[in-house]
Amino acid sequence: MSRTDPQAPHHVSRHIPDQLRSSLERKLKSWETLLLAVAVGIFILNSFASPYFLNAWNLSDATFNFTEKAMIAFAMALLIISGEIDLSVAAIIALSSTIMGVVMQAGFGTPVIVLAGLGAGLICGAFNGILVTRLGLPSIVVTIGTMSLFRGISYIILGDGAFRGYPADFAWFGQGYVFWVISVELVIFAILAVIYTIVLHKTNFGRAVYAIGNNPTGALFSGIRVQRVKMILFLLTGLMSGLAAVCLTSRLGSTRPSIATGMELEVVTMVVLGGINILGGSGSIPGVVIAAFVMGLVTFGLGLLNIPGIVMSIFIGLLLIGVIALPRLWVKIKG
Amino acid sequence: MTILKSREVILLGAILVLVALISTRFIGFIAPKNLVNVFNDTSPLIILALGQMVVILTRCIDLSVAANLALTGMICAMINVAAPGLPVSVIIVVAVSIGAFLGAINGLLVWKLDIPPIVVTLGTMTIFRGVIFLLTDGQWINAHEMSTAFTGVPRGVILGIPVLGWIAIAIVVIMALVMSRTTLGRAFYAVGGNPHAAVYTGINVGRTQFFAFVISGALAGLTGYLWIARYAVAYVDIAGGFELDVVAACVIGGISIAGGSGTVIGTLLGALFLGVVKNALPVVDISPFWQLAISGAAIIIAVTFNSRAGRTKGRVILKSAEVTQ
Repeated sequence: MSRTDPQAPHHVSRHIPDQLRSSLERKLKSWETLLLAVAVGIFILNSFASPYFLNAWNLSDATFNFTEKAMIAFAMALLIISGEIDLSVAAIIALSSTIMGVVMQAGFGTPVIVLAGLGAGLICGAFNGILVTRLGLPSIVVTIGTMSLFRGISYIILGDGAFRGYPADFAWFGQGYVFWVISVELVIFAILAVIYTIVLHKTNFGRAVYAIGNNPTGALFSGIRVQRVKMILFLLTGLMSGLAAVCLTSRLGSTRPSIATGMELEVVTMVVLGGINILGGSGSIPGVVIAAFVMGLVTFGLGLLNIPGIVMSIFIGLLLIGVIALPRLWVKIKG
Repeated sequence: MTILKSREVILLGAILVLVALISTRFIGFIAPKNLVNVFNDTSPLIILALGQMVVILTRCIDLSVAANLALTGMICAMINVAAPGLPVSVIIVVAVSIGAFLGAINGLLVWKLDIPPIVVTLGTMTIFRGVIFLLTDGQWINAHEMSTAFTGVPRGVILGIPVLGWIAIAIVVIMALVMSRTTLGRAFYAVGGNPHAAVYTGINVGRTQFFAFVISGALAGLTGYLWIARYAVAYVDIAGGFELDVVAACVIGGISIAGGSGTVIGTLLGALFLGVVKNALPVVDISPFWQLAISGAAIIIAVTFNSRAGRTKGRVILKSAEVTQ
């Protein structure tokens, strides 16, 4: 919620972010190693638990559990590192998908439909960004509001109906395969993973994102245009939600206003599980990539065992709290 | 009066204008009986928002309230099915205790392990919902399985107002007293206002946040029983997504999301504002499909106004100095 540590004084001395780089790096590395170990562990458990698990097509299917969420999670990771959050991403998917449906009904082909979806996402992101950066409202509150607003507009347009009958070539995004079992979505996911890794870890822009998350005032005085960077991050999150909407709509082949309900929390879970500090300032994209695989493997493995979705969510919840609690518990016991 | 700061007056004015506007479309809306109904419908939101207020005051957030409500309510319903003769007073005590226990889990994770509240409650939210499924295997508990005493309590009418409404009034009064007359209430404000200073005045920040979660949980548990009994049905998804309405009510009511500032009256009015919006739409013939968009817009507008009103004027001096030069 707030940048300052509520536990205050007795922590200040031993928890100063933004410096002691080597120790920070070590910590991040160990986080990713821990996550990777969890992923491998779940993979092995899965292959023991079900004879159907180690099958190329099954594994390929499993990737759909996380590819769409991960697209958003990359942008969300940057947003959270900068100290903001966007809870409206699932609602943006709904609105983008609805706009795509409207465009489709107007008789346009696949390229226009896709552009409409991406454009709608971008506009939603811009709306969030303007409210946060121009009016100075807290993003958690703004996006709780726009979450209802965006999805509400979908309901206004669609009522209790649905858009069906997307053109055949539109199905490529969510159902197509580039090579053998490698799906289009998986390729998009991989390309985005590389791009976001470079942007966050190798560019001045990425450095600015960290700086803003650690100390917005300090960042401002070191010449970073804080509000503009945040605006770009909201636009990016909107665009990624639009992209996820294209993939999801294409995969499902239809639009309902209730599409992607609750996905915002899964995206945030993925980001936090990936080691991004929810209070801003630290985390890495490779962490988010591994977290995406962990969540995908957990839900897929449990699915093979016929465990219902809502029970899977218990495991995701426990994983989220457990992975974050364990290192802290360990430090407590050791110290 | 000092309690009625301008923000509360503005919000009260907004609610009155809203009610007046609605009555031009449908005069029956301002009939006392209907207003009592609106208040009664809003009661669960009021109770939960007061719990959330305490949590937000201490710079935390509780996203697990609706899941806590659903889990506690389901347990109450199951107890009622298993032992129909058990007095409702016992069930209420059980509900409050379970809710407080679930809140304590959140509180302990935040206090002892220092995990950010949004992460903790995001996790427990999904866990609580999942536990309901484990308990029931997805089965519903319907009205005919519940005893009449169980479902009757929140619906009983005293002096023209249903018991549910009276409970909300009682909670408002109790919370007002706790926040203004007890050291714990003052500690909530202190912890949110300036945690560093709070520590130096001898307040245990973590423990205060723990108590905030326990209060929020206890109220969610109480509402769990009331909700299930009133609607006479219990299932996994009950009150799904309601946590965001609760946060929205607080924010509309002027509770600063950065902690430390906000009032019981403001929260009450914030919840009532949202309640009036939601109750009015069907009666003035607006399609229910508009409801989500309208409440979303209402939240954004209210928050924008609130932040304008609450902005500190400290830096303006510098700017006006620049202008005059």
